[in-house]
Amino acid sequence: MVNPHAALLAASPPALDAGDTAWLLVATALVLLMTPGLALFYGGMVRTKSVLNMLMMSFVSIALVTVVWLLVGYTLAFGRDAGGVGLIGDLEHLGMAGITPTSLTGSVPTLLYATFQLTFAIITAALISGAVADRARFAAWVVFVLVWTLVVYVPVAHWVFAPGGWINSQLHALDFAGGTVVEVNSGASGLALALVLGPRLGFRREAMRPHNLPLVLLGAGLLWFGWFGFNAGSALGANGLAAAALLNTQAAACTGLLGWLLTEKLRDGHATTLGAASGAVAGMVAITPSCGSVDLPGALVIGLVAGVLCSYAVSWKFRFGYDDSLDVVGVHLVAGVAGTVLIGVFATSVMTGGADGLLHGGGLDQLWRQAVAVLATGAYAFGASYGIGKLIDRLIGFRAPAEHELSGLDLAEHAETAYDHGVIHQGALAGSPVHRGDANRTGPHSSDLSREIPSQ
Amino acid sequence: MKLITAVIKPFKLDEVKTALNEVGVRGLTVTEASGYGRQRGHTEVYRGAEYRIDLVPKVRIEVLVEDAEADSVMDAIVKAARTGKVGDGKVWSVPVETAVRVRTGEQGPDAV
Repeated sequence: MVNPHAALLAASPPALDAGDTAWLLVATALVLLMTPGLALFYGGMVRTKSVLNMLMMSFVSIALVTVVWLLVGYTLAFGRDAGGVGLIGDLEHLGMAGITPTSLTGSVPTLLYATFQLTFAIITAALISGAVADRARFAAWVVFVLVWTLVVYVPVAHWVFAPGGWINSQLHALDFAGGTVVEVNSGASGLALALVLGPRLGFRREAMRPHNLPLVLLGAGLLWFGWFGFNAGSALGANGLAAAALLNTQAAACTGLLGWLLTEKLRDGHATTLGAASGAVAGMVAITPSCGSVDLPGALVIGLVAGVLCSYAVSWKFRFGYDDSLDVVGVHLVAGVAGTVLIGVFATSVMTGGADGLLHGGGLDQLWRQAVAVLATGAYAFGASYGIGKLIDRLIGFRAPAEHELSGLDLAEHAETAYDHGVIHQGALAGSPVHRGDANRTGPHSSDLSREIPSQ
Repeated sequence: MKLITAVIKPFKLDEVKTALNEVGVRGLTVTEASGYGRQRGHTEVYRGAEYRIDLVPKVRIEVLVEDAEADSVMDAIVKAARTGKVGDGKVWSVPVETAVRVRTGEQGPDAV
């Protein structure tokens, strides 16, 4: 099996498989949970004054991408290839037109396949937010996600995942679950936005420590849990390939975690919780493209390489001065590139049903195909995202005003604060409700008002 | 009257409270504080980036005492708060002009 997406889409005659459908229903829910998980993973890493904004950039992406995807995105990504050149789908299924509950993609309902793919688009958009933490206007982010989904995610998903996409059907690069579509794509787009917005005020001068590491660990745990749906779900069936992808995912997450911790211990003196969470994520990013094409030794090495490599890559932003705040480049781009390219080394025909990597006697053939896929998706994502970001910045302004950034985006953008700090800010002392439109309303500190509230 | 202020390591608070109780101090005020002295904080590492954390958590104790008690109260705090390592903190006293007990309106030493 060269590509499960292509193979299943080409399968005939189509017949619904209950087992495959049941698994993909579950996998879809698992992948969706990754985005709230990512929100917590990112939220814990920013400072207290902008944590709600960080969470909101992920949560609003769920809603925005869902609407855009179901109306326009799905048909452009997975509709019949327009013109047969492998660049974009046609508009036949605009608004899911013509797709009924009995429509099948492979052995599962097309409605399910479309929703499964939707959850990938959601998390890819949400991942980018880590590069612009603490300084993006919320309205600008909303516009960016809408435009980016159609202009960047949809074509790249078509190239790699759709049966007629050029990377899939002409280049024959392997990407099981989205090393290019999700990881390289979000990483390169994140780098572009980090450059458009510029560094946070105080970058490289002030300590911008994570405000809540337990939140980061909770987020990493949810990502880990959901990643089984992401990778094993990409087998698009309840079968041996799904099992192999699941096992490879676990193996690479663990060697990624250990690789990062070991590097930290030797280099900095301590094994950190943030390092453990980051290492597991790096390992899973790297195994995402390769979990369907390598065996266990390959998965163990790929995870380890990603963990060690990314623990160094996250410091590049300080050296080169781009403020990729939460290391979308350092983790997702770097591990995504490593995992996709290493398929050319570790792929085995036992898993792929055809192509072998360098170590299994396949020579350099698969390796260059992988490299081209990475370069093409990375360059397109970077260029297009940079253009979209610049355009939004020119039209409505992408960066929050300095005083909002300094006082925190939670209050400025959302009129909320995440935490009560100390006794003075709690309960009735914190203030009293303002009743909009109440002409006789008393002052903000009216004691009468607080006495009328029976209990809090 | 004197106001004695002590800035100490947070985990020493319980021992200091016990010691103050033993020398007859009936009331005190405790505030969470941050600061540094000669020990100059510590370093933390996040994803390989090292941060110098200058301000470390401290506890600030304030006790209002009569002049005659000031020395023994200060001694009690110093003895109880000492670990012998850098960062143990400081204790100082300043004269207080007047004090009023809010409930009764008593003034001066009666208010202590």
